[in-house]
Amino acid sequence: MTMNSTGRPTSITANGGAGTDMTVSGSKGLLQAEGLIFEIGSTDKTGVDLPKPKGAKSRLGGVTRSTSSGLPGLTEPEAVRHYVRLSQRNYAIDLGLFPLGSCTMKHNPRLNEKVARLPGFADVHPMQPQSTVQGALEVIEELADWLMKLTNMPAVAMTPKAGAHGELAGMLAIRAALIARGEGEKRKRVLVPVSAHGTNPATAAQCGFIIDEINAAPDGRVDLEDLKSKLVDSSDVAGIMLTNPNTCGLFERDIKEIADIIHAAGGYFYCDGANFNAIVGRVRPGDLGVDAMHINLHKTFSTPHGGGGPGSGPTVLSAALAPYAPVPFITKTADGLRFVEHHDEAPNSFGRMCAFHGQMGMFTRALAYILSHGADGLKQVAEDAVLNANYILARLKPLMSPAFEGYCMHEALFSDAFLKDTGVETIDIAKGLIDEGYHPMTMYFPLVVHGAMLIEPTETESKAELDRFCDALASIARRAVQKDPSLKTAPHLAPARRLDETRAARSPRLKWTPETPTMKAAE
Amino acid sequence: MTTYYTSEHEWISVDGDVGTVGITTFAAGKLGDVVFVDLPDAGKSVKKDADMAVVESVKAASDVYAPVTGEILEGNSAIVDAPAKVNEDPEGAGWFVKIRLADKGQLSGLMDKTAYDAFCATQ
Repeated sequence: MTMNSTGRPTSITANGGAGTDMTVSGSKGLLQAEGLIFEIGSTDKTGVDLPKPKGAKSRLGGVTRSTSSGLPGLTEPEAVRHYVRLSQRNYAIDLGLFPLGSCTMKHNPRLNEKVARLPGFADVHPMQPQSTVQGALEVIEELADWLMKLTNMPAVAMTPKAGAHGELAGMLAIRAALIARGEGEKRKRVLVPVSAHGTNPATAAQCGFIIDEINAAPDGRVDLEDLKSKLVDSSDVAGIMLTNPNTCGLFERDIKEIADIIHAAGGYFYCDGANFNAIVGRVRPGDLGVDAMHINLHKTFSTPHGGGGPGSGPTVLSAALAPYAPVPFITKTADGLRFVEHHDEAPNSFGRMCAFHGQMGMFTRALAYILSHGADGLKQVAEDAVLNANYILARLKPLMSPAFEGYCMHEALFSDAFLKDTGVETIDIAKGLIDEGYHPMTMYFPLVVHGAMLIEPTETESKAELDRFCDALASIARRAVQKDPSLKTAPHLAPARRLDETRAARSPRLKWTPETPTMKAAE
Repeated sequence: MTTYYTSEHEWISVDGDVGTVGITTFAAGKLGDVVFVDLPDAGKSVKKDADMAVVESVKAASDVYAPVTGEILEGNSAIVDAPAKVNEDPEGAGWFVKIRLADKGQLSGLMDKTAYDAFCATQ
């Protein structure tokens, strides 16, 4: 028998794979350890050596800097590696399923990116003459037209730059309408369900309204009786802010009745459109009596978000609120499209929300998404999002505890009832998911469900990926019920273990100083 | 001194017409590590059951309601500087404010220790 004694071993021998997770370099496997840029850079290094300019005189007078700015210098490979290493520690939708409920982390189609990079869209500037950007204005106008058609609303404010900014636009329009009615000082109360996104009461408060909470019924929807009891004396009611489907992933069946009683009470109906992705193409909010609703282009219409791109929150308005829409907005003239920007042309507008016209890059991406799907495709988007969430709900129902009976809309919500007496908590389940290679689901929200776990798969995940995720979560749920102590200390495989959130909140260190000791994983 | 409790988990310990107010041990346990406290200024008038202070833990931000109507005499600056005191001794050194009661009759609507403990058992 011939033996190649210098060849590489074909089986794991020494250690049997059960190695230590401590290394000399601090790296783990091929995941590189990386310090702060101030720790790895130094002021006497630079990526590029430029010759000293000859004969150039300083024009700074006596104020030339005499000390170093302290900015860290790195060589080019060091700089490239620094950011690549940091990016490898990030979780992204391009890396895997991102089950954050309420966030709609769907795939960002590359066609959108290609369109957004066309020079006619990417290289225009908001200050250039409007006659030279007619194509870009047409994109905004066509997107606006789609949004109005999909919602059956007569007007849309395109400028808001995120969901909460859209809420602000809607609530400012409501305030302007109340002031125009002479009831601005009288109608100050805004009804908000307990399950609402935190931005709803925050927005209303920012607009000077007083928040009045509406309870949830045992089935997770608005308690209609509680709502009616708050409207017995409705002379001070400005309106209601309601999300549909709501944050429990449930359709508010009584939405039409809610709209009617709010209108009868003299108030307006603000609908939080964060979950529009579950009903787009199927339900038109205008048909339900909505007066204002923001649309998160970065959720429903797939533009990148969550660190990957800015939000965009166009807000559709009813005929009653349309006159108060913010400037600028586009109008058609014989010479083409142009912005209405000033008070003399829009005397009732409540004003301006941002310097220019909104998030152009998001408009092009959202329109590309809409046009590539078409009306029928958008309907299927909503259907598949709901189907995927119900698949997860059905698969995990035997092991976990659904918060409510019956089908869900676009997100599956579980309570921590199945963890009772195990010692394991919702946060341990979330940390366990990190070891399995997934970003955790939304946890402890909505507040109406104890130890909530909110999972939104979106329509973009395949059945194979949904199964892989369900297998992982099911195994964690089984370990939890068996009181597996290792869950309490998860994650075990991530670059950083459990972080000390209490210490970070009680004594935050917000500024790096040279005395700061080298950052270590907080273990 | 008699201590009364609310269904929103505040306690008030009354001496004459001055009440010391805080959150209960049960509430502090449920909140988890307290990281921030915002107290009303001395001299401010507060109304029974209306927002009076804010307590924030790693988990959540919560309003603290005034158990009685009255005037704020003093806030406990020690818990503003070191919020951990709320967890360490919620019904002692972790008190929130002292209130001059406007109407001692409001106390009769609150729970005593036995009733409050029974109430917590149902939560």
